[in-house]
Amino acid sequence: MIPLEWYITLGFFLFSIGVVGVLIRRNIIMVLLSIELILNSANITFVAYSNYHQIITGQMMVFFILTMAAAEVALGLALVIALFRVKTTLNVDQINLLKW
Amino acid sequence: MVAQLLFFYFGGMAVAGAVVAIFNANLVYSALALLMTFIHIAGIYILLNAEFIAAVQIIVYAGAILVTYVFVLMLFNPEQEKRYFHKQYKIGGFLGAALLFLMLFAGFKTEILSQAGPMTAESIQEIGHTRAIGMALFTDFIFPFEIASLILLVAMFGAIVLAGRGKIRKRGPGGRVDLSSRNVTKEAS
Repeated sequence: MIPLEWYITLGFFLFSIGVVGVLIRRNIIMVLLSIELILNSANITFVAYSNYHQIITGQMMVFFILTMAAAEVALGLALVIALFRVKTTLNVDQINLLKW
Repeated sequence: MVAQLLFFYFGGMAVAGAVVAIFNANLVYSALALLMTFIHIAGIYILLNAEFIAAVQIIVYAGAILVTYVFVLMLFNPEQEKRYFHKQYKIGGFLGAALLFLMLFAGFKTEILSQAGPMTAESIQEIGHTRAIGMALFTDFIFPFEIASLILLVAMFGAIVLAGRGKIRKRGPGGRVDLSSRNVTKEAS
């Protein structure tokens, strides 16, 4: 039997790695990929608590997070493509205007 | 004992894949390392008696989302950059470590107050995990389910509207052109 804390710790580690990725990478696609990592760590925590509390609601949350992640990828990458048309860069340091 | 060894394998490979993905200069390698992370997270779900979630994880995350990322990466054909970290990467790393410490501290100090529910591993195995998920999804969670379908519809329209028209401009406003992406623009136009 694996203790619940191990799964929670794994979720924490993945979340921290994702946050570090969002903070330090300069490429906007890498930032979006790090956000996927953060969502996955939330999913692990949800499923772990769902299994140990014997309530299936947590796994429903994983479902809706998955839907949201798919929508986020579609919209985020479309925004990146639209941004690249105007700015011709993927570097988040150079994307610093609200209007041009 | 076997379950604990499997947990260490899946968890260790997931964390290793995530670290490689964050610290690799090549974006395609990063995406493939993240694929490794997602597949091993599916193994973690199987250890947690959630087979259907594991299958959905592989199909949606590893199958659909990462393929979309790799597709867009191929579209941009980004050159290898020498500096792919921010200048403030030390501050970022420190903040991440502090966040990890804080979460571990809070997570292990917290007591669990809720009562255990009716869905034990045996009762889920008896009716099947997919069936249990489906019954919960189409009775208690039917309204969020409809909202999720609406979100997907809006995302589809939004992606088409945002990405589907216009030509790639040669240079940005003010004549500033990113040197690392000039070749891409030439090839595309």
